[in-house]
Amino acid sequence: MKAPAFDYVRAKDAAEAQALLARHGDGARLLAGGQSLLATLNLRLSEPAILIDIGRIGLDAIEMRRDALHIGALVTHAAIARSALVAQHVPLLADAAPHIAHAAIRNRGTIGGSLGLADPAAEWPACALALGATLILSSSARGERRLAAGDFFQGLYQTAMAPDEMILGVDFPVLAPDERQACPELTRRHGDYAIVGVACALRLVAGRVRGLRAAFFGVGPTPMLAREAMAAAEGETPAEAARAATNALPRDLDPPDDPSMDAATRLHLAQVLLRRAITRLAA
Amino acid sequence: MKISISVNGEHVAMDVAPRMHLIDMLRDRLDLTGSHVGCEHGVCGACTILLDGVAVRGCLVLAVQADGCAVLTVEGMAQDARFDDLRAAFVAHNALQCGYCTPGMLAVAAELLDAGGTPDREAIRAHMSGNYCRCTGYQAIIDAVETVMKARA
Repeated sequence: MKAPAFDYVRAKDAAEAQALLARHGDGARLLAGGQSLLATLNLRLSEPAILIDIGRIGLDAIEMRRDALHIGALVTHAAIARSALVAQHVPLLADAAPHIAHAAIRNRGTIGGSLGLADPAAEWPACALALGATLILSSSARGERRLAAGDFFQGLYQTAMAPDEMILGVDFPVLAPDERQACPELTRRHGDYAIVGVACALRLVAGRVRGLRAAFFGVGPTPMLAREAMAAAEGETPAEAARAATNALPRDLDPPDDPSMDAATRLHLAQVLLRRAITRLAA
Repeated sequence: MKISISVNGEHVAMDVAPRMHLIDMLRDRLDLTGSHVGCEHGVCGACTILLDGVAVRGCLVLAVQADGCAVLTVEGMAQDARFDDLRAAFVAHNALQCGYCTPGMLAVAAELLDAGGTPDREAIRAHMSGNYCRCTGYQAIIDAVETVMKARA
């Protein structure tokens, strides 16, 4: 279908975008890459009064800031996929990027848009949660604040952002020595939303798994940190860590039944994915 | 809203409603009906065009967002010798039947060719995976793209 009618304004910088958000309130939506928002409008699932286009305000840098890799809100999935800095310092993101939709979507879609939408089946929210990333939010009324990914995702498409706030960027901790990262997922076809996926990181120290982080996507209303599985793997050999984490996972995840797959199958596939991820990373 | 766009090398200025998709502007206002409209929510790839050299969904870009940008459609590709080998390979391999998906297929293939190198069939498949074809079974399309990639390498 065609999108409903709306007003449109192009912000010239982040400050103007925040001022416009404050002025237009609930009826306004920020338009970044538009790869989810415009699809939603075309399907008439949303009818904002005005779109504030932030596509030309900058915020598209990938750069080291102190000990973190900063990724501006308007960096596209494609730019993350081809970034040498990302591959070196946060390889989880380089591994996840090719899973996101298709090439033409990755050319336009942005990391800020994906985090702000908080689709529970999306890759970036789970990556941010797994690595303990920090989101940089800003509003004209209250200025900037930093918020941990763990506090940001609150429910199905719900975040801790206030209606007048926008995401400026996100800081990812850089890869530690001995750390390995991967983001495997199961899909029926290239580019489909994951049946289940996991953003996974661990350190291998003297043959033992340390600090396992596993954030699942596609299994609940938000990306889900598998705390019991993470604890079960601590200090174990790779084989035992994979076994123990897999066995603990049903205490972390309670995926819903849906028409495409029953809950037990989805949980089983999550276990398979976690076992494979730990085995591969600790090899 | 007034916009100014380069379309297939020609400068175009016009007034469009904010809700108008880029693909509808091309088809309905400029009569460039080579690019097709399928699902209108980014899934099928029929409307894929090149915007400032990168493949995008024409149904997921507003015409107003393309203000100041350069668009290349299948009509432009047809006049451009850079794509002669790609078009010839599609014909030689019978990589189209009804042709509905072809303009979008050519756009994503062109982007892959621009990137250079010789990706294997799996990589070509992954890159083309966002474009549906309901006739060919894809085999012939991948054959055509692979042939051009190898010939250009």
